[in-house]
Amino acid sequence: MSEVLAQLPALLAAHVRLSLGALATGVLLAVPLGVAVSRVRALEAPVLGLAGVIQTVPALALLAGMVPLLSALGLPGIGPLPALLALVLYSLLPILRNTVAGLHGVDPAVIEAARGLGMTPSQRLRQVELPLALSVIVAGVRTATVWTVGMATLSTPVGAPSLGNFIFAGLQTRNTSLIVVGCAAAAGLALALDGLVRLAAHALASRRRGLLLGTGAAAVMLAAWAFGSLVVAASPAGSARRPVVVGAKTFTEQYVLSEVLAAVVRERTGREARTLGSLGSTVAFDALRRDEIDLYVDYTGTLWATVMGRRGSGGGREQVTRAVSRFLRDEAGITLVAPLGFENAYCFAVRRETAESLKLRTLSDLASRAAGLSLASDYEFFSREEWRAVERTYGLAFRERRTMDPSLLYQAIAARQVDAITAYSSDGRIDALGLAVLEDDRHAIPPYDAVVLASPRLAREAPDVVAAVASLGGAIDAARMRALNRLVDEQRSTPRAVAAEFLGELRAR
Amino acid sequence: MQTDRSTDGGGMIEATGLSCSYGGVAAVVDVSFRVEQGELLALVGDSGCGKTTTLKMINRLVEPDAGCVLVDGRDTATLEPHALRRSIGYVFQGTGLFPHLTVAENVAVPLRLLGWARERVAERVAEVLSLVELDASQAERRPAALSGGQQQRVGVARALAASPRVMLLDEPFGALDPLTRDRLQQSFHALRHRLGLTAVFVTHDVAEAVVLADRVGVMRAGRLVQIDTPDAIARRPADADVERLIDTPRRQARLVAARLEPGEPAGGTP
Repeated sequence: MSEVLAQLPALLAAHVRLSLGALATGVLLAVPLGVAVSRVRALEAPVLGLAGVIQTVPALALLAGMVPLLSALGLPGIGPLPALLALVLYSLLPILRNTVAGLHGVDPAVIEAARGLGMTPSQRLRQVELPLALSVIVAGVRTATVWTVGMATLSTPVGAPSLGNFIFAGLQTRNTSLIVVGCAAAAGLALALDGLVRLAAHALASRRRGLLLGTGAAAVMLAAWAFGSLVVAASPAGSARRPVVVGAKTFTEQYVLSEVLAAVVRERTGREARTLGSLGSTVAFDALRRDEIDLYVDYTGTLWATVMGRRGSGGGREQVTRAVSRFLRDEAGITLVAPLGFENAYCFAVRRETAESLKLRTLSDLASRAAGLSLASDYEFFSREEWRAVERTYGLAFRERRTMDPSLLYQAIAARQVDAITAYSSDGRIDALGLAVLEDDRHAIPPYDAVVLASPRLAREAPDVVAAVASLGGAIDAARMRALNRLVDEQRSTPRAVAAEFLGELRAR
Repeated sequence: MQTDRSTDGGGMIEATGLSCSYGGVAAVVDVSFRVEQGELLALVGDSGCGKTTTLKMINRLVEPDAGCVLVDGRDTATLEPHALRRSIGYVFQGTGLFPHLTVAENVAVPLRLLGWARERVAERVAEVLSLVELDASQAERRPAALSGGQQQRVGVARALAASPRVMLLDEPFGALDPLTRDRLQQSFHALRHRLGLTAVFVTHDVAEAVVLADRVGVMRAGRLVQIDTPDAIARRPADADVERLIDTPRRQARLVAARLEPGEPAGGTP
């Protein structure tokens, strides 16, 4: 828990940076736009319509969509920028709509009085219309504040650190206290910012200068703290020797391995290294290719099927690893540093008593019984090449197919809510729950050797780092990886602690 | 169609051939009149007769389709609209006070628009508030906290603040209870004589026009059908409708007297 709390200030600061930055930009864009729209009625329908359409895009999709969009424009596709842009877009609608509504709601008699006394249009706007619309505009800003703070937790998968890191990591490693810390901190921040906005508006409306100065000072201090910690964090590393960034996808093993890699880099090269967790699967690969992260662990079968678009099992572990390595070097400039020594394959698992009663040992056996069974898998499997290969090879047709979060698959099968799941062969819970893994007897699924990948820049500029992580080649067998995963999933250790323990053992060997 | 013929020297306000239409419907048709220095002209007529539109064309709150207005000898079409409006006091129908500003701030608006220094503004605000007989203790309150009569006094104070030579009043006392209305009419009557104001006053209340105005303009369907002193209109009405209109207060007074006269049968018609 103390390790979690140690991360809190930095993640909270990052969250404040994202939400305050997005909110300030949103207000600066939406209020003038709202004024323009209220002046030119022909603009109203298209502008509000467009803002409304943006709002209907699911938050996660909007965030993820920013990644390829920014990359196509040659801008950093992962990190705070895509998150900030998505949050700004999201904050526009409530502020815009309320600005327009607030201005339309001003009594026409009062506007005529302003004209009749000789105010110019801009004096009318500043002295009469905006002050009278203030309470409605502020209501919009408050809505945007709460939305922005909430949605900023979803910026973790695009590589922007936020309080969402707690929530994503907690969901993936089934660590409830992490989720609670993340949610509580985000809720607290939303309430605090909302309170600040409300106080500032109240001070403005009742013209209490002291209160206005007080809330302004509080906001400035909050921003100074949030952005100041960024400067402090950035300055010692400098631009010449930025820390080595180790990426991790969204599951336990990835968190553990990223901590192992980071610790090895720190230990053997003396360089700064940090982890960037909870990246979407293709986000991690694209980020590595674009040098936005330096290292991460991927699986040969995944690269084989998803990146190379190849089918079938590829003839064996070594052959696939060699083919993937060559492809990555030639097509993306990425270095396959070393296989870690274990596979984390997609495999089909059923409860032991199901296997016994239905006499299931292989996928061919499963295919003959599939019509009466239900299958659950993670978000991506059913749209992956491997699933199509399995479907085609075995003619698998289940009674029902369900998609859920990978961390819930094991719960679902243990609770008999589904009959079969796609498991990950290195997952400690296969043993813990006594699941039976069915053999891929017709070789539809490729091997999934865990391999360390290095970015083009790292391979070019930091051969010492590459050499350091290469020392991990073959150091982790499947049994050990399962044990490490279980320490996190079942024993509630943190990935970082598990990594430290493992490296201690490794040195002792 | 009658034109105003009181042509001795340059009037303070001279309107010539004013016309205006809204969406093809003529609101004001070829209206001409002049208002002398220190004179009060009341425009009367039914709702929709064009009297308020005529008033608003004087300070260009409504732009005329045809015709022109001279104020103090200058063609208003050649002036910046906001500059023109700052030089003319305006009392709005239903007050038109700014709800987010205090009484003092409302009154200060014309002065601040003219760029007066803060101390001078405060001084002048206190002065005009006492001029309209408003207690200084009301100065820091918001309009919503005042009675209707007090609000209308603030409206008049605001119109007077910059000491304009010309004032336009759009049914200023229309929404008040009779006693307050009577008191405000009296105090405005005294005030404008004291300050020598030139004013155009729109009302649908003929009695109010007769009591306050030097001359009355009767409008009907966008046209000025007669303009003269109340006395002259009463004696020589342009037509039967004007006669009926100008006689309304007296007719009502007779009715009231008949109902209240001891010995007369109640409900008797004259």
